[in-house]
Amino acid sequence: MDRKTDVGGARTWQDALYEQLRRNNVTQFAYVPDAGHSILIDRSLADPDVHAVVLTSEQEGVAMLAGADLAGARGVLLMQSSGTGNCINMLSLIKGSRFPFLTLITMRGEYGEGNPWQYPMGQAVEPVLKAMGVICVHIDRPEDVLPSINAAMTMAFQSGQAVAVLLGQKLIGAKKF
Amino acid sequence: MNSRPTVQDPGNTAAPRFVLDRRKAVPALIGRHEDFLHIAGLAGTAYDLTALTKHGKHCYALGGAMGAACMMGLGLALARPDKRVLVTTGDGELLMSLGALATIGVMNPPNLSIICVDNGHYGETGNQETHTNRGVDLERIAQGAGIRLTHTVATEAQIAQGARILRVGKGTAFVLLRVNPNDNIEVKLNLDGAACREAFRTALLRES
Repeated sequence: MDRKTDVGGARTWQDALYEQLRRNNVTQFAYVPDAGHSILIDRSLADPDVHAVVLTSEQEGVAMLAGADLAGARGVLLMQSSGTGNCINMLSLIKGSRFPFLTLITMRGEYGEGNPWQYPMGQAVEPVLKAMGVICVHIDRPEDVLPSINAAMTMAFQSGQAVAVLLGQKLIGAKKF
Repeated sequence: MNSRPTVQDPGNTAAPRFVLDRRKAVPALIGRHEDFLHIAGLAGTAYDLTALTKHGKHCYALGGAMGAACMMGLGLALARPDKRVLVTTGDGELLMSLGALATIGVMNPPNLSIICVDNGHYGETGNQETHTNRGVDLERIAQGAGIRLTHTVATEAQIAQGARILRVGKGTAFVLLRVNPNDNIEVKLNLDGAACREAFRTALLRES
């Protein structure tokens, strides 16, 4: 995506988001490939000072970030809403051992979604995360991205909470079918 | 009908199967446990490592979250390239998280080693046979995942080579240790995960 096709200024807020994560010493980026996270993924892959780790399934990232925390390192899990379901039992590790946890979730199955297959998990994201003790912060406007990620990092890395930042389809755009 | 295929001897037909005593083989394979930061998988291997390290603060032992061990080891190894990290997990837990081997194979951190203590059974949940008792070879899966340094230890004579590759440090190592399912360690686990996390971090972050 270049700036000419940058609908809604995604490149601007995603670049700012990456830089804000880096300014706060986030050094492990675990991800399952996703178009909505492509700028964060590409920047982490190009950054010699971080570990960008491609996962086969999202639950791997939950455990990986707990391992990083044992050494005092900070990480983030980048995933799509469908990946949330793959994480549920692994979140026992986070809640039971009080690991800090930060995930950024690009939403499907909500505002303007044209693929009915995406609704069951998309609509279940917040209830299942809340059931596992993860606090959800939902963002729909570009100007809310930076304040929300700052708030989420404080909640996770200062207060030791598990936090999911949900990047809504009003923000990232609904995929066309 | 509840019939199932039984594979008498998958893989190497000459290799003895589940005969080693884990109470002796795990300590012999690991050697000086202080050389590593440890992640121990739930159930059998949590007992093995809790006993070996005597509740050491350099060992984080899982009591649940089945499938977490290998990936916790990866996160820890990436964060501390100056330390050797050893994951000790069971066949049941590894079978639940085979994708982690692929993820680790891609990253290939030189300071990470994995031992899979394979007793062919779900020892904690009723002793049912696992897939490794029915033809699945986890060393070959690790190789297929891109982990180049692998070894199977099924006899005492093979322990020395296994112990050696845990410390080679030229890419992630994987050792499959086949043991008898009837030899189990009795030790009281600390199941307070938050206390284990705090103790591990405090010890590691204080020393460095």
